[in-house]
Amino acid sequence: MIETKTLTCVACPKGCEVTVEYEGDEIIDIKGNACPQGQSYAEEEIVAPTRILPTTIRVKNGALALCPVKTTKQIPLEKMFKAMEIIGKKEVEAPIKMGDVLIEDILGTGANIVATRDMQEKL
Amino acid sequence: MNKKYDVIIIGAGISGCAVAWKLARYNLDILLLEKEADVATGTTKANTAIMHAGYNADPDKLKGRLNVKGNEEIREVSKKLNIPYKEIGSLVVGLEDDDLSVIDELYQKGLKNNVKNMEIVDREWLLEHEPNISKKAVKALWAPTAGVITPWEAALAMAQNAVANGAEVKLETAVEDVLVDEGRVIGVKTNQGDFAADYVVNAAGLYADEIARMVGIEKINITPRKGEYYIYDHAKDFEVNHVVFPVPTPISKGIVVTPTVENNLLIGPTSHNVESKTDLATTREGLKEVYNGAKKLYPELDLRDTIRVFAGLRAADDTEDFVIEAAENVKGFVNVAGIQSPGLASSTAIAGYTADILKDEGLILSEKKDFIETREEPVRFYEMSNTERAKMVDQNKDYGQIICRCETVSYKEILDAINGPVGARTVNAVKRRTRAGAGRCQGGFCGPRVVDILAEQLGIDPTEVKQEEGNSQILEYKIKELLGSRVMNNA
Amino acid sequence: MLKVKKDLVVIGGGPAGLAAAKTAYDDGINDVMILERDFELGGILPQCIHNGFGLHHFKEELTGPEYAQRFINDIEERDIEVKLDTMVLDVTKDRKVYAMNKKEGFLEIEAKAVVLAMGCRERTAGAIGIPGTRPAGVITAGTAQRYTNIEGFVPGDEVVILGSGDIGLIMARRMKLEGADVKAVCELLPYTGGLTRNVVQCLEDYDIPLMLNHTVTAIKGEGRLEAVEISEVDENLKPIPETAKTIKADTLLLSVGLIPENELSKKADVILDDRTGGPIVNEGRETNIEGIFACGNVLHVHDLVDWVTEESQIAGAHAAKYIKDNFEKTGKCAEVKAGENVSYVIPQKIELESGDRKRIPLYMRVSTPLTAVDINLYADGEKLYSFSEPFAKPGEMISVPLAQKTLDDLDNLSEIKVDIIEKEGE
Repeated sequence: MIETKTLTCVACPKGCEVTVEYEGDEIIDIKGNACPQGQSYAEEEIVAPTRILPTTIRVKNGALALCPVKTTKQIPLEKMFKAMEIIGKKEVEAPIKMGDVLIEDILGTGANIVATRDMQEKL
Repeated sequence: MNKKYDVIIIGAGISGCAVAWKLARYNLDILLLEKEADVATGTTKANTAIMHAGYNADPDKLKGRLNVKGNEEIREVSKKLNIPYKEIGSLVVGLEDDDLSVIDELYQKGLKNNVKNMEIVDREWLLEHEPNISKKAVKALWAPTAGVITPWEAALAMAQNAVANGAEVKLETAVEDVLVDEGRVIGVKTNQGDFAADYVVNAAGLYADEIARMVGIEKINITPRKGEYYIYDHAKDFEVNHVVFPVPTPISKGIVVTPTVENNLLIGPTSHNVESKTDLATTREGLKEVYNGAKKLYPELDLRDTIRVFAGLRAADDTEDFVIEAAENVKGFVNVAGIQSPGLASSTAIAGYTADILKDEGLILSEKKDFIETREEPVRFYEMSNTERAKMVDQNKDYGQIICRCETVSYKEILDAINGPVGARTVNAVKRRTRAGAGRCQGGFCGPRVVDILAEQLGIDPTEVKQEEGNSQILEYKIKELLGSRVMNNA
Repeated sequence: MLKVKKDLVVIGGGPAGLAAAKTAYDDGINDVMILERDFELGGILPQCIHNGFGLHHFKEELTGPEYAQRFINDIEERDIEVKLDTMVLDVTKDRKVYAMNKKEGFLEIEAKAVVLAMGCRERTAGAIGIPGTRPAGVITAGTAQRYTNIEGFVPGDEVVILGSGDIGLIMARRMKLEGADVKAVCELLPYTGGLTRNVVQCLEDYDIPLMLNHTVTAIKGEGRLEAVEISEVDENLKPIPETAKTIKADTLLLSVGLIPENELSKKADVILDDRTGGPIVNEGRETNIEGIFACGNVLHVHDLVDWVTEESQIAGAHAAKYIKDNFEKTGKCAEVKAGENVSYVIPQKIELESGDRKRIPLYMRVSTPLTAVDINLYADGEKLYSFSEPFAKPGEMISVPLAQKTLDDLDNLSEIKVDIIEKEGE
């Protein structure tokens, strides 16, 4: 069945409204983008949208109870909640340095979960 | 039942606390019971906070007899107990289209009630002393003896002073039944066990009729009557110098515009009966009525800088008067019911009147020799000069950490509020004692910190910290607790 | 009372204060003190764990904590004094700053210059007068963010959000990811106040409905929130009673506006602009009080921290100049006016000697969403030039550079005006 979806491209601040015609995973037509970035964004968004996941992880004996983390690259949107569950189950120990890998290759995506700040031990 | 008390007081609103305070000067074992987690969580925390001069109260009612007495007594009592009180005076302002004869009637009623120093003032006086008042103002009744007070602080101060003199206060203790034996009270049954006493005082506010029914008294019937309010940030730059009333109608005292003791501008209340004793919702129509009423007196007033809307319920008895009397059918049971306006203003007089009733009922009132008359002034950083603050923090470093930025409340003040006599157990209780969370950001900044301090001091988990009522936890879940199966359900 | 003298005191250790302090230091003011009320530097950034920061300033996409860490590192590499857990209680117009902390007690700091960088607070439920009860479970989105990301608690799991500003959108996603059922984001206006990318990545990604032209008309629940009533609004933003609907919820997050926190500024007799809620400043970010500067959200609410950094660098540079006594006012003052469709322009005045300045960025916001616009600059009524943009949204601040050369070419300039006009026939 041929479907049409209109998206707002977020590749640059222009925010072009891109209309995609597709059938299942097959792209038929893309209209409305002002540049090739819009085209690749639209393609990806329809077939397999990916996002950076920013969240927190529990810290044992840290200055704070939680350390903010993020994925080192975009991961499939459909894996977000499963990734949250895995991160939620884990507890890491302070001290932590910004950039430390806390979980490797989450869900086989090739993305690591890294700390986005330094975290000292609790005084 | 172990210990037998002389008097059990049901309800720690302003009336119950005042009775406890009054009786605590005598050699009596007193127990003050309160079903909520703090004193003054009912009508006492949600009213216009006025110490009425007494011209509005009906001279033929108890209200008329006790208002002026209470108003006069508060000058001494507020000093002794360090209750914030300002005698700013009140005005009943007549505008061009009003029935101005009502002002003269009130003046006469005031004379009958013995209100001192009243005057009728003219437009010139009004424009000089209330520059923002409507240009349509013609004349007003000026009553310099009226004032504003912090009602929950008054109740708390009296409760704390009672405790200092040996009384006991039990919070989160709800009376389920009044126990009677051979026509005499012998105690109460509560959710925290039974307590024995020779005398029981029913000061249960909105629920006074339900308590009275426990001993077979049917005549008291409390109808909740709602009043809605707006309150402004105290940085609001709008001059109002007195408690300003409109001309009252037969059904309502009208929408008041008044500064509070803490210099917040307060406008309200409406006056409408409601079905439920827990209906504390403000309404679109009610708030509009408040604003329109206030604007009649102060046309330049807008809604900028309002920080809160709230509603309170008056405990109105069918007689529209205080019902303060010993029960006829049961010995030792005294009702202090139907305490709506001017209940706050009359509180000390109500307490004295109740003590007299108890005496007539046989309670021996022998004065304590070492009675403590005063309550030490609580530290109020927001009132202090920078020099005074510097001194305090030299004495105790815990004053150096400011938790509430908007109202300048220190860590030590919050600690004292929790750990002092009749200590705070909830976020709102901390707010009432210290003003943390009462300012322009309404706890946006200090909220998480206050929750943390309460959890630490009370030895509970932050998810157990409540805002006020039994089921009012601030935080429902620890982080990550909702993940796993719950996430999949919500995804 | 501990009495100290400092060249520069910066009130607030968030992105604004950090950038101003760093710039002033690098411009030769080595006697700098930052006063911060929280236990660590960074301001609001440590709780903004999402990304989207630094695209302009660092040409990288960073999370809030990462952005903050860069500036915190800058401060630590320089000999800048930092006082944490320190609350400023008073600022006078002769630049005495009164502050307090546990360790040292009460401090009086005499400063040659002061930078106000206190940020903003959130508008509350009470301030917008939502009728209903006042149960637990009604909090501002920023406070919910603090609980969720720093303190480690999720306020509730049946969530409705009022306000589609960025904080509301970000928290919609955050709560959803942490396991809550986020039922709707209601927005009073017919358009969102947040960045488009946030609507996509916070709402559309998670099928969270965005209900434009809707508001919360009642809060229900005794003790804890039980439900909210939402209603559609008409073109005058008044609720339409017949459209009222009740949504079961235990948590209502409010993202209904930010208010620059200027209580201290008022104490120093700083004059505020009604439209921004922040001080009136010249292009050096100096307020009407000599030697007192303002930057960041305390001056006007920004949408991107990158602009906060740029603005605070300007403030820091001029505070440094002022301290070194290299501050020259021209004696003339050109007012910068907001013309048609412009809510406000910062700075409101241009009055300093240009020195080696190449340009003055003018920050502004459009008052209503427009498409295909011309942003026009006028000097004393005459059009100087125009920029074209495909659209202008109130939620996205616009920065227009005013070239120094352009100013130099004008004689007796008394007014600069900016307006934003939709092009004809598009």
